[in-house]
Amino acid sequence: MERNIPLTVEFTGGLEMLFSNQRVHKISIPARDDRKEPSNVGFLIKHLCDNLMKDPRKEMFVIDDSIRPGVLVLINDADWELEGEDRYELQPNDNIVFVSTLHGG
Amino acid sequence: MAPCEICTTNRAQILRPKTRSRVCGPCFTAAFEAEVAETITTTHLFQPGERVAIGASGGKDSTVLASVLQTLNIRHGWKLDLVLLSIDEGIQGYRDHSLEAVKRNSADLGLPLKIVSYEELYGWSMDQVVAQIGKKGNCTYCGVFRRQALDRGAAMLGVGHVVTGHNADDVAETVLMNLLRGDLPRLSRATSIVTSTPSASVNKDGGPNGAVSFTNVKRSKPLMYAYEKEIVLYAHHKKLDYFSTECIYSPEAFRGSARTLIKNLERIRPESILDIVQSGMDMAKLVPDTDDACKGSAETAQTEESAGGCGNANGTSKEGEMAAMERKLRENEQAEQDGTEHEVRLPAKAANGQRHDRDTTNLDIPIRTKERRGNRKAGRHAATPAQKLGQCERCGYLSSQAVCKACVLLEGLNKARPRTDIEVGGSGG
Ligand SMILES: [Zn+2]
Ligand SMILES: [Zn+2]
Repeated sequence: MERNIPLTVEFTGGLEMLFSNQRVHKISIPARDDRKEPSNVGFLIKHLCDNLMKDPRKEMFVIDDSIRPGVLVLINDADWELEGEDRYELQPNDNIVFVSTLHGG
Repeated sequence: MAPCEICTTNRAQILRPKTRSRVCGPCFTAAFEAEVAETITTTHLFQPGERVAIGASGGKDSTVLASVLQTLNIRHGWKLDLVLLSIDEGIQGYRDHSLEAVKRNSADLGLPLKIVSYEELYGWSMDQVVAQIGKKGNCTYCGVFRRQALDRGAAMLGVGHVVTGHNADDVAETVLMNLLRGDLPRLSRATSIVTSTPSASVNKDGGPNGAVSFTNVKRSKPLMYAYEKEIVLYAHHKKLDYFSTECIYSPEAFRGSARTLIKNLERIRPESILDIVQSGMDMAKLVPDTDDACKGSAETAQTEESAGGCGNANGTSKEGEMAAMERKLRENEQAEQDGTEHEVRLPAKAANGQRHDRDTTNLDIPIRTKERRGNRKAGRHAATPAQKLGQCERCGYLSSQAVCKACVLLEGLNKARPRTDIEVGGSGG
């Protein structure tokens, strides 16, 4: 059996409200998803909703099982569009940032 | 992993929405700044040495605007005299936190900060308004008051130009909203980089010694071609300190459906946002009288301005409510003139107004409900076409109606204020 993958997950732009008002979370997730595939960002998002989110307003983060349009995802400080979006396979110590652009000031 | 398309060395970190080019962080921030500079120079937005107030909410857009303007001002030697101008709506637990962010920005950028409050301008904080009218509909008050507050704050500072952080997504949203409502005349203002121009017709109200009148403040939005995504990424890569939250009085109004549509379009085809902005600009050219509409009533721009405030569609969705309120107040007025209502009229929150008079040199700033003028004048104003630009007969603010929206709302609030409260206030003066 493979070990878990340690990750740093960060929520900003108002999303921290959904996650105990805490910006940075050090977590670890299973190295393989339910289908025994290597865990990717899509699996991480589901994991965060099921295990880390403390607020019922899930739709501020995820709509129809994918990231809400207007929420940016950065994988090791790069747009996730450049890294394969939700199919990016997570590596140990990756830094994943979720930034909402939807909140006003 | 593909390298940056500009420097061809660093790892690409940003997929730019309008060009789909892949660039690194440093090349991105440099390009973003260069594009804002180009917008400013090609539109001749600023005069050399001009005093400019940056409407600063502590949120991402105005934080980025302040940082970029300060950077460009130094880089290009524009000699702009920049100042941060913040509105304190008086919402405990919301604005007090974002004002802390503005104060930190002020220190970081080395720019002076002026904070003006609804309380000092209108005699009412939003917390007091909500205590009076409840949470429903309070965004209408907030939006109407905010529009004037920036102009009044700028006039207090003697600054004739206010820039706001409206971005391309905001403009595209407003274009869509106006299309959906069939309100084409408003497209011009939504898509103009300068939203209100000092008008010669109101210059007579300029104070002595060339002082700036609050009816004579130029408004512009230098970031109107910048994607919201890039504004957030600029803030991220420059590690800017901004505050993001929902207004505690409109948590459910997180974003309207037009905004959701914009973001869905962006996901499918990112160019859509600037294409909608461009379409709005092109359509505005086809609408008759757009020039008048552009220079016209500052007040009707409230819809557009509200996008930068509590970040929701309330300014537009509450139009019906606003109209109903005005109608009710006008009925009251009529009843009063007919002698069917006998109420002793007191100056709005007299104690507050007088304290304010002592503290400031520019006496024209706060709204105080003046004595009702003669019916003859009100009648003349009522007969003028709605779109014609005039001035509020009570406070002098630009208004298409005889009495501006802020004064209408204030009258309702002041009438409803418990009599004991007014007596306490009055005795203090
Ligand atoms: Zn580069
Ligand atoms: Zn007025």
